[in-house]
Amino acid sequence: MEKARPLWANSLQFVFACISYAVGLGNVWRFPYLCQMYGGGSFLVPYIIMLIVEGMPLLYLELAVGQRMRQGSIGAWRTISPYLSGVGVASVVVSFFLSMYYNVINAWAFWYLFHSFQDPLPWSVCPLNGNHTGYDEECEKASSTQYFWYRKTLNISPSLQENGGVQWEPALCLLLAWLVVYLCILRGTESTGKIEQLANPKAWINAATQIFFSLGLGFGSLIAFASYNEPSNNCQKHAIIVSLINSFTSIFASIVTFSIYGFKATFNYENCLKKVSLLLTNTFDLEDGFLTASNLEQVKGYLASAYPSKYSEMFPQIKNCSLESELDTAVQGTGLAFIVYTEAIKNMEVSQLWSVLYFFMLLMLGIGSMLGNTAAILTPLTDSKIISSHLPKEAISGLVCLVNCAIGMVFTMEAGNYWFDIFNDYAATLSLLLIVLVETIAVCYVYGLRRFESDLKAMTGRAVSWYWKVMWAGVSPLLIVSLFVFYLSDYILTGTLKYQAWDASQGQLVTKDYPAYALAVIGLLVASSTMCIPLAALGTFVQRRLKRGDADPVA
Amino acid sequence: MLWLLFFLVTAIHAELCQPGAENAFKVRLSIRTALGDKAYAWDTNEEYLFKAMVAFSMRKVPNREATEISHVLLCNVTQRVSFWFVVTDPSKNHTLPAVEVQSAIRMNKNRINNAFFLNDQTLEFLKIPSTLAPPMDPSVPIWIIIFGVIFCIIIVAIALLILSGIWQRRRKNKEPSEVDDAEDKCENMITIENGIPSDPLDMKGGHINDAFMTEDERLTPL
Repeated sequence: MEKARPLWANSLQFVFACISYAVGLGNVWRFPYLCQMYGGGSFLVPYIIMLIVEGMPLLYLELAVGQRMRQGSIGAWRTISPYLSGVGVASVVVSFFLSMYYNVINAWAFWYLFHSFQDPLPWSVCPLNGNHTGYDEECEKASSTQYFWYRKTLNISPSLQENGGVQWEPALCLLLAWLVVYLCILRGTESTGKIEQLANPKAWINAATQIFFSLGLGFGSLIAFASYNEPSNNCQKHAIIVSLINSFTSIFASIVTFSIYGFKATFNYENCLKKVSLLLTNTFDLEDGFLTASNLEQVKGYLASAYPSKYSEMFPQIKNCSLESELDTAVQGTGLAFIVYTEAIKNMEVSQLWSVLYFFMLLMLGIGSMLGNTAAILTPLTDSKIISSHLPKEAISGLVCLVNCAIGMVFTMEAGNYWFDIFNDYAATLSLLLIVLVETIAVCYVYGLRRFESDLKAMTGRAVSWYWKVMWAGVSPLLIVSLFVFYLSDYILTGTLKYQAWDASQGQLVTKDYPAYALAVIGLLVASSTMCIPLAALGTFVQRRLKRGDADPVA
Repeated sequence: MLWLLFFLVTAIHAELCQPGAENAFKVRLSIRTALGDKAYAWDTNEEYLFKAMVAFSMRKVPNREATEISHVLLCNVTQRVSFWFVVTDPSKNHTLPAVEVQSAIRMNKNRINNAFFLNDQTLEFLKIPSTLAPPMDPSVPIWIIIFGVIFCIIIVAIALLILSGIWQRRRKNKEPSEVDDAEDKCENMITIENGIPSDPLDMKGGHINDAFMTEDERLTPL
């Protein structure tokens, strides 16, 4: 006997919750980057194929499992087979790692949002140096947006080893971000849905990876969401809708991002031309305003021939301004969101308005995804009778938020951004591939594809089309295995892992090697989630053996 | 004789003011960049104004109150517009030390800029760095104010939600104690068998069939 499970008020709420979870920051800062790196529009071909072959079937599978088992990830997989409860635990562990570091992004978005109410925007001007005769040195070498990100926001240390202390400003913003998340999950299902990484064979692999992570498979969030569905809910339709909306959002975001790139590139190109003109005008005492963009090359040629010695002296200082090289700068991740976009915004009219809107959008995306993550952690916890009998739901949510917030303070230290990059790159990637692979194999071969199909038919009243069955049983597992093999071999072949550190004296990023303890942490991250699966299976096996050992003497 | 003296004086002046001479400063103006269509032409009258501004700045320095416009010498005016200038002492044989001129110009840079409708970027004295205006720094940073507002709103909302949750639970706990506990609990529960929810037996729905005699009545009393 169980208490009635809370349900979504209507199926629209469920769809919105899934969409808000799946559509996250990856759509904004990863997909446009991939498009740019792998040939622009032609990247859409592998992307859409992978969507149809891998994304939709796996999404449908997770939703169906959740709706059928009506429990969070741990309970659902335990029901499928007691040996597989480790899959659920692994999902929860990965979700836990993700929620630890993901909310830091929301904290940064809050920081920028609060700073958008100033004129001029703080990242558009460099601060003055000590004796007020010029601008700060680091800011001159880099740019004002980079300076604001690396120095004012992160106060980043030159390397991973130098930890520094916890910075109180980002710590406050992180606290606020966690309070907002707590507010949203406090009332559980009723409040979550209200509004609300992701030809090259590399292109195909990246398309597959992007679809995989963009939909948020393997975290247990989708299982958690679907477990609150009515059994008769048509989750096939919803799976298709969510995956399509997710992809359209990615494509739309890349259109916007490319226009921002174009704006920034044009602005920087024109600035570069102005600087070269000024340099020439000052060196040769030409008439002010004589040099324009159109006659620049002509005049350069004339000057080179008329004053060869003077021209060759100052020639090293002339930069070759090219619009193509400006457009070529492809950035992803926090660099895109907080440096490139802010640089474009600061040059727009009414920049405060655009800035507020942009960071508000980032916050919405980030918090929507955070809610899905915390749902993945909370649902198994509230499902478990041991915990939910001792503590009310609000206390469990509060405890989870508190623990995550406390651990998240690590990312507000001076070296915090380097730890953030470690978590971002390694906490979820390999483990998720393994988890989803085990999920697919478990449903198709351990639980039985025919049994699952008849369950779904009994539950929803609709038969499962042959397409889904072929994908679940054959194509998707094969694809995931190949992705897994590729990434493993890539990690092994590249040797020691490196990271980008900010060098304040040069005003740019430099590559450094990870120290030993950082590599240990990376190994621990990957191992702690993947080892759950075999360990739990072993645990159940030992448990059963002991029980049988007890039962035998009696019989 | 007079011509000779005139040539001598101009020669000495020419030596005093030369590009790269001791205590000489180069000035660069970007009038068209600053004013666009409203740019004025640089002629001797503007040069006179410039000399007047420099002399004015020097007169503010203690011990140099006697500086006249004729003590300021300009040379090498280019199309740019750029030129060199020196300030001589009353004897017109020596130039004033660069340090003094530098500090005088720095103190009055704003007045000089305004006289020509220019700013620090468009009226440059090379080798005299201008003091940049620091950005406005309010005593309490703006972001903390906004942070404080949003923080308080969120805390209040959380407190309200938690309190209303506690009230609801207390109300739910009070009601069943007035009615029979067990039957109500059974009604609210949905049994889960094999993971599929099934309807519970309708406990209250049974009727007593009067035609069926109870056990007691079958046995006739003694």
